[in-house]
Amino acid sequence: MDNLGEVTLTGVKRIILVLSGKGGVGKSTVTTQLALTAQKNGMKVGVLDIDLCGPSIPRMLGVQNREVHQHDQGWLPVYTDNTQTMGVMSIGFLLGNQDDPVVWRGPKKTAMIRQFLTDVSWGDLDLLVIDTPPGTSDEHIAVMESLKGIKVDGAILVTTPQAVAVGDVRRELTFCKKTGLKVLGIIENMSGFVCPNCSECTNIFSSGGGKSLADHAKVPFLGSIPIEPQLALAAESGHNFITAFGQSEAASRFTTIFGGLWRTEPSESTMDTS
Amino acid sequence: MATLAERFPENAPTACPGTDSDKAGKTDACEGCPNQQICSTAPKGPDPDIEKIKENMTHIKHKVLVMSGKGGVGKSTITSQISLALANTGHNVGVVDLDLCGPSIPKLLGAPPNMPVHQSTEGWTPVYVLDNLSVISMPFLLDAEDTAVIWRGSKKTGMIKQFLRDVDWDELDVLLVDTPPGTSDEHIGAAQLIPDISGVILVTTPQEVSLLDVRKMATFCRKVKLPIMGVVENMSGFVCPGCTKASIIFPSTTGGAARLCEELEIPYIGRIPLDPRVGKACDMGGVCIVDKFPETVSGQAFQSLVTHLSDFLKISTG
Repeated sequence: MDNLGEVTLTGVKRIILVLSGKGGVGKSTVTTQLALTAQKNGMKVGVLDIDLCGPSIPRMLGVQNREVHQHDQGWLPVYTDNTQTMGVMSIGFLLGNQDDPVVWRGPKKTAMIRQFLTDVSWGDLDLLVIDTPPGTSDEHIAVMESLKGIKVDGAILVTTPQAVAVGDVRRELTFCKKTGLKVLGIIENMSGFVCPNCSECTNIFSSGGGKSLADHAKVPFLGSIPIEPQLALAAESGHNFITAFGQSEAASRFTTIFGGLWRTEPSESTMDTS
Repeated sequence: MATLAERFPENAPTACPGTDSDKAGKTDACEGCPNQQICSTAPKGPDPDIEKIKENMTHIKHKVLVMSGKGGVGKSTITSQISLALANTGHNVGVVDLDLCGPSIPKLLGAPPNMPVHQSTEGWTPVYVLDNLSVISMPFLLDAEDTAVIWRGSKKTGMIKQFLRDVDWDELDVLLVDTPPGTSDEHIGAAQLIPDISGVILVTTPQEVSLLDVRKMATFCRKVKLPIMGVVENMSGFVCPGCTKASIIFPSTTGGAARLCEELEIPYIGRIPLDPRVGKACDMGGVCIVDKFPETVSGQAFQSLVTHLSDFLKISTG
C-alpha cells in the first residue's frame, strides 16, 4: 500500500478546485455539471467533496446511498455507472444515517480531508474536481496543505450577482493570492430568470456582480449561468442534466465554460501554503 | 457534567483514560487514537470564559440563534430583517455575526465595513446602525474589505469568545446570533458559550439538498439541547413581476420544509417567496422589508415571522 500516508495523485492529469467564500451560490452544482460535461466529452473524471458538514455531491450525482469499498491500494471511489468514468468521494458515503450531523472541530476535519487525498485510489483521471464548503477555514487550509507539491491547475470561483456574494468572493480571491492558487476564473451563477410564460427576464439576485468583480480583480470571467429550474430539479434528484437537457441555455453555458478551461494549458505551478 | 459517552468516546481505545483525565491524550493507550491531539491539548475543567460571558450577557433578555447547516439559504437576510423590524418597533436589539469568514451582516444592515469598534475599559463598543440596533461583526475589526479571515477552528473560537465576552452590550431585549453554514467550531462555540439561549430559528430553501443539512442541524440542536423555535422556508416560489405567473425555481422533491417539520415535529413558522425587491434591499443595506413593502407577500411573510418570534419570546409586537 505505497500511497497510504502520502498524497501522490500521479495518474491525475488536471486538478481544479471549486471555491466561493459564499454559501449557496452553486459550487456543488457547478462542480457536478462541469464534471458531467467533461464526462460527456469522453473524459475520466473524479469528484472529491470536501464539504464535510454539508455534503451535497452524492445526491447530485445520484449515488447517495452507496458505500465505499476498499481494495489493496486503498478506498475505491464510488462510480456513478459501469463505465467507471465518474468516480466520487464524499463523507456522505461514510455516514451511517444521513441525518447525523458531522460536528467536528478543525483538526478532525483536517485529518479526514488528508485521508481523502492519501487513501483514495483515484487511478488515472483526466480531471479531478474538488468541491469545497463556503469560507476560508480548516477545510481550505487542509486541502491546500495536502496538495503542497502537487500540480494543481487552479480554482474556479463561483458567485451569484449580489453584493453580499461578491463580497465573500473577493475574500476568497485574497485567499487564492495568499496561497499561490491560480484563479482560472469566475462563474456567475443564478444570473437572471426568464419567465417561461412571458419571457421577461427578472434579476432575482441582482445582476452584473460577477463580471464586474472579474474585471476589478483582473481574472477571467468564465461565464454566467441563468437560473434554470430543471437544473435545480436534476440536482435534487441526481439525474444527469447535461445529457437530459443538452439543448438548454444552462447546458450550453457549461459547455462553453468547459471548452474555455480545456483550451488553457495546464498550469505548471504547484501549491504554496507559506 | 460530561456524559459517559463524552468521557469515553466510541472511537477511543479500550484503555482510554477518559477525555477529562489529566492523562488524556498522554498514555500509551492514546497512541493512534483519533482524539489524541485534542485530548492532549484541550484544557481540563470548566472554561473560565463561560462565567465571564454569562456575566457580560446579564443585561440581555433573549438570545436567538439563526442557523441552517446549509449555506446561502438566507440566514443573514432573515437575521438582519428581523433585527430591523424589531428595532423599528422600539425594541433594543443586538446582532452578533458569528460568520467570521463570510460576514454578511454589516452590508445587509447598511453599516459601512470600516466603521471602527472602540475599545475601552468597559470592553468593545458595538457598532450602532440605529440608536437601538447594535452589531458586532468581523469586517469592523479588519483593515480592508478584501481581507480574508483564513483561520483554523481554534482561532475562530477565540474570536467568538471575544465577541461574547468583551463586547459591551446595552440592555437588550433581543440578541440575534447569525451563524455560518456547517456544524463546526462556531456552532459548538455558540451552544457551549451563550447562556440561556431562548430559541433557534432554522432556515431552509425547499430543496432536499438544503433539507438534508437542516435535518443534521436539527439533530445537533437536539443533542446540545437548544430549543428549536421553528423552521422558515425561504426562496419558496417566485411570482413574475411581468405577467404574475408563479414559477417554482427551487423545487422541493421531498415535501419541502412543511414535510420536514411534520417528520421532526418542529413548528413551521414561515414561508418567504423569492422577490427581487428583497435582493435589492440586501444590496442597498438597512432597508426593512416589513416597513418598506408591507403589502407585498414578502413583507407580510417577514412580518409573520417577526410576530411568531415576538410571541415565542413573549415580547410586544410593537
